[in-house]
Amino acid sequence: MDHFPGTWGRPRNDVYGAYDPTYLQTTGPKTHTSSPAVTGTSVIGVKFNGGVVLATDNLASYGSLARFTDVKRLRVFGDNAVVGFGGDVSDMQYIDRLLESIDIRENYSTHGNMLNAKNLHTYLAKVFYKRRSEFNPLWNHVLVAGFDVDGKPFLSSADLLGTTFSAPHLATGFGAHLAVPILRRRFPEEMPIEEITREEAVSALKDCLKVLFYRDARSIDKYSIAVITKEGIDLKEDEQIEGQSWAFAERIRGYGRQTN
Amino acid sequence: MTSIGTGYDLSNSVFSPDGRNFQVEYAVKAVENGGTAIGIRCKDGVVLAVEKIITSKLLKPGSNKRIATVDRHVGIVSAGLVPDGRHFVSRARDEASSWRGTYKAPIPTSALANRLGGYVQAYTLYSSVRPFGVTSIVGGWDCEAELAVDGQVGSGPKSGSGGKVEGAPAGGPGLYMIEPSGLYWGYYGAATGKGRQAAKAELEKLDLTSGKLSLSEGVKEAARIIYVAHEDSKDKEFELEMSWISSLDGPTNGRHEEVPKEIREEAERFAKRALEGEDEEEQMEE
Repeated sequence: MDHFPGTWGRPRNDVYGAYDPTYLQTTGPKTHTSSPAVTGTSVIGVKFNGGVVLATDNLASYGSLARFTDVKRLRVFGDNAVVGFGGDVSDMQYIDRLLESIDIRENYSTHGNMLNAKNLHTYLAKVFYKRRSEFNPLWNHVLVAGFDVDGKPFLSSADLLGTTFSAPHLATGFGAHLAVPILRRRFPEEMPIEEITREEAVSALKDCLKVLFYRDARSIDKYSIAVITKEGIDLKEDEQIEGQSWAFAERIRGYGRQTN
Repeated sequence: MTSIGTGYDLSNSVFSPDGRNFQVEYAVKAVENGGTAIGIRCKDGVVLAVEKIITSKLLKPGSNKRIATVDRHVGIVSAGLVPDGRHFVSRARDEASSWRGTYKAPIPTSALANRLGGYVQAYTLYSSVRPFGVTSIVGGWDCEAELAVDGQVGSGPKSGSGGKVEGAPAGGPGLYMIEPSGLYWGYYGAATGKGRQAAKAELEKLDLTSGKLSLSEGVKEAARIIYVAHEDSKDKEFELEMSWISSLDGPTNGRHEEVPKEIREEAERFAKRALEGEDEEEQMEE
């Protein structure tokens, strides 16, 4: 019997050796804000004739654990702008509240919230850049969808470093590797967005979501999709990936019957 | 005012021997000269209206709004010194925003009125400041539905324990009036400014306590009451400014908005007809 309570519950020195106190850092910079904790994976978006579609799945992972399965990662701003969030979920919530306060302030004036998706994207990119310059980044990669001043469909990305990038179709995270090639094949560079219909855009995103669910281990088969047109935002937040076929997985080592 | 010249009215925060604070009473006088402002608490919303006296023909019609939005669900209209009213609204916005910062939800109208009452009262306590030269009417709609917390991303567990009472009544209309002393009460119908006596008399005829008056009727009545209250200062031009906050299933979806032009003009036609009708009745009696 060990009669010293101070040593109870600790690895025994005679078994594990004495504890190395150098592991207990008492000085040095704060580091927990510089890596994400609960994360969302890819966001994908496509412009079409008269609008933009944006989609994400509904998962928030804690490391490799599928921790929250009904998370809404598409956030509406004003009458026709949507932000799709990848990366840290608590930073997403912070940004969501920030945008909420901006929307409230904009509505103080008689003409209401006049900010379009392009204004919103510029603002968000500057927030990201400011925070990373303070070594306290907001750990997100976002797609902003809506319209610009001229009323043309707008789709652009901003990331935790403040980097911005614009294209007729975009994807963040794993989607940048898996979805973009599919979208490029579907909608080649020389194809003007006026030739892309809403149905084609939606079905392309659904196919991308399916591929992402097959191959991205941090994804789930429940998703949200927002179609932004001049008429407004059609947001569905409780969708299910249809027509899955895992036949291909039989040939993948480590998945089906094969064990080596 | 027999007490003028006794010296007790020269500094703020000083009581006279008979227990009055003259600076506050003078602030009330400033309010009594302002354009009439009213608020009506209806069963499915709140209406705010103000008689905006046109001080110059060079002012653009419909500009220089006197009713302000606070957060999304509250409107404030005041009678008295316009800049004091602006500062008051600015404070209300700060309070609403700080409430959101703490509770991640919109501020209830009652809580906002309470904080503003406290703020105005503080301006009666110090010799370095003067009291507010406004009486303000605060109207709002507290959401009757289950409200998501700001920034909420999911719906939480579908099973397990929870302390939520289902079907408990929540939310509804709120109407408060805050005076220069910091005094505030909740009202069914509130009126302040030059024509407040006539407006109060009309509000009392409406039977607001039974909670039967609908928002659309309230808009018409509000317009009529402003027109009635304007009768005594007929020589001056005025514009009617009206805003409303409806229930979630109403025309503004729980938001504070300006009453649309068509509805306002319809209400003004109704108001003018009602006034002409009264004149005819008077002539008949004669």
